Amino acid sequence: MTTFEYELPNPQTEDVKTVFGQQDLIRRSASTIEPPARQLTPMAKLIDVSKCIGCKACQAACLEWNDKRAPVGENVGTYTIPPDLSPQMFTLMRFTEWINPETDNLEWLIRKDGCMHCADPGCLKACPAPGAIVQYSNGIVDFDHERCIGCGYCVAGCPFNIPRISKTDHRAYKCTLCSDRMAIGQGPACAKSCPTHAIVFGTKAEMTEHAETRIKDLKSRGYQNAGLYDPPGVGGTHVMYVLQHADKPEIYADLPNNPVISPVVNLWKGAAKYAGLAAMAGMVAFGVLHRFVEGPNRVTPKDEEEAKQLTEDPRS
Amino acid sequence: MSERYEIDPSDEVHVGERVTVDRYTKAARLNHWLTAACLVLLAISGLAMFHPDLFFLSALFGGGQNTRAIHPWIGVVLFFSFGGLFLRFWRLNLWRPEDGTWMRRLYDVLINKEDNLPELGKYNAGQKIVFWGMSLLILILIVTGLAIWNQYFSEYTTVEQKRYALILHSAAAVTIICVWIVHVYAAIWVKGTFSAMIQGYVTGGWAWKHHRKWLKALVSGKHVDDGKAAPAPAPAGKPGQAAAE
Repeated sequence: MTTFEYELPNPQTEDVKTVFGQQDLIRRSASTIEPPARQLTPMAKLIDVSKCIGCKACQAACLEWNDKRAPVGENVGTYTIPPDLSPQMFTLMRFTEWINPETDNLEWLIRKDGCMHCADPGCLKACPAPGAIVQYSNGIVDFDHERCIGCGYCVAGCPFNIPRISKTDHRAYKCTLCSDRMAIGQGPACAKSCPTHAIVFGTKAEMTEHAETRIKDLKSRGYQNAGLYDPPGVGGTHVMYVLQHADKPEIYADLPNNPVISPVVNLWKGAAKYAGLAAMAGMVAFGVLHRFVEGPNRVTPKDEEEAKQLTEDPRS
Repeated sequence: MSERYEIDPSDEVHVGERVTVDRYTKAARLNHWLTAACLVLLAISGLAMFHPDLFFLSALFGGGQNTRAIHPWIGVVLFFSFGGLFLRFWRLNLWRPEDGTWMRRLYDVLINKEDNLPELGKYNAGQKIVFWGMSLLILILIVTGLAIWNQYFSEYTTVEQKRYALILHSAAAVTIICVWIVHVYAAIWVKGTFSAMIQGYVTGGWAWKHHRKWLKALVSGKHVDDGKAAPAPAPAGKPGQAAAE
């Protein structure tokens, strides 16, 4: 039925050529770049919330692959541990206990949160450091930590509240879609580790097609509003969800209903950037022009004489 | 209006072959130049983070990470330094009736036709607008700046508040740079102005031409040092100053 491999292959033991790199960038923060010579097949990760059992294998795999060690956490009364994404924790299972008003059933909604790899990435748009955020033609949005200045603009740019700035090295961190694994033909570590195949990985076309079969299945089980979450407001995403209740994504731990790059960010990084430079240049131009047309304003000897008279013979 | 709204206690006319008028004390000048240095450094580091074409300016601070780290600290120094200037200058920058007249005749100001203008106190309306503009903009910049100072204050604001803080901070920064350009150009344009902030005094002719009401108030208020060591009742009179002149 499916056209892709559920089971991701094991890593190769011989040296392999990387399948994509700098030549495949379609966007680079604070830079203009030449369009790449080739278009890679758009890839996507599909997260089927209805199949997730909340085991957190994906979180463990993510920490393991990215060589991160989050400090031992505290129980804050929720299964969501750690309680938020962090510079170490790029993915997080967010647990919601939702009572379906139609059936009065408790539904345990478990959404694996993390970077959505937007086709129109707000983080990249906001980033002021050339090359600190890049987007490849296969859809990966990646941070280059060497170039990151730690300003946090990406946090403001992101419609999903994903990037986190490290307090120790002052650089931004988020899911890379395992770009380093993908570069050698592997899939993301989380997808590899998922025991129920709630996380699957393949081309975006395959994932969309697979999602259709899942949605059909969910609808046949009474989830009339089951659907695919691939929000068009950010040009679609390369991490997609199958949701049982796609009509109200906000019940899944505040997944935004129609995410877009904030108009404030668009204004700041669009018109304001040019208007700002133009205003400053305009002021300088006025000064130069005034200098040439009117010239300096000089005190005359007569003024000095007047002052002398006033001080020697105070009139009032 | 009482004298304290026309002159600063330390302002003093020195009579002689060439009349000079003390305009800024040494402390005021140091205060001004500290603020000026901060503003210039803030503009350079801020512009590096504002427009990609200007990112290269971050190299002056030792790279992007250092620029990001140091910019807010310079801002804190500027805030307190400007606070000092504000306390020194606010009283004489209060708006007066002649300022409205001056503004209505701004064209005459621009074409160097000063005969048409009212007599002015220590500051003209343009200087007052620069002063109050800087005051307001620095207040906006420090408040929005704290909201986006992620290293220490990221938890205190929501992402949406940070977005508004970022655009307000950028807009206020662009505006203050424009105000700064006006401020610097005016000093270049009106000859004899720089000496006020460098040596601390202007010539009598400069005071007569540009701030006649201020000069007259100094003379009529006996803020005059005629070199005869007369017991002038100047409040901040320094006996040694005349000899040094």
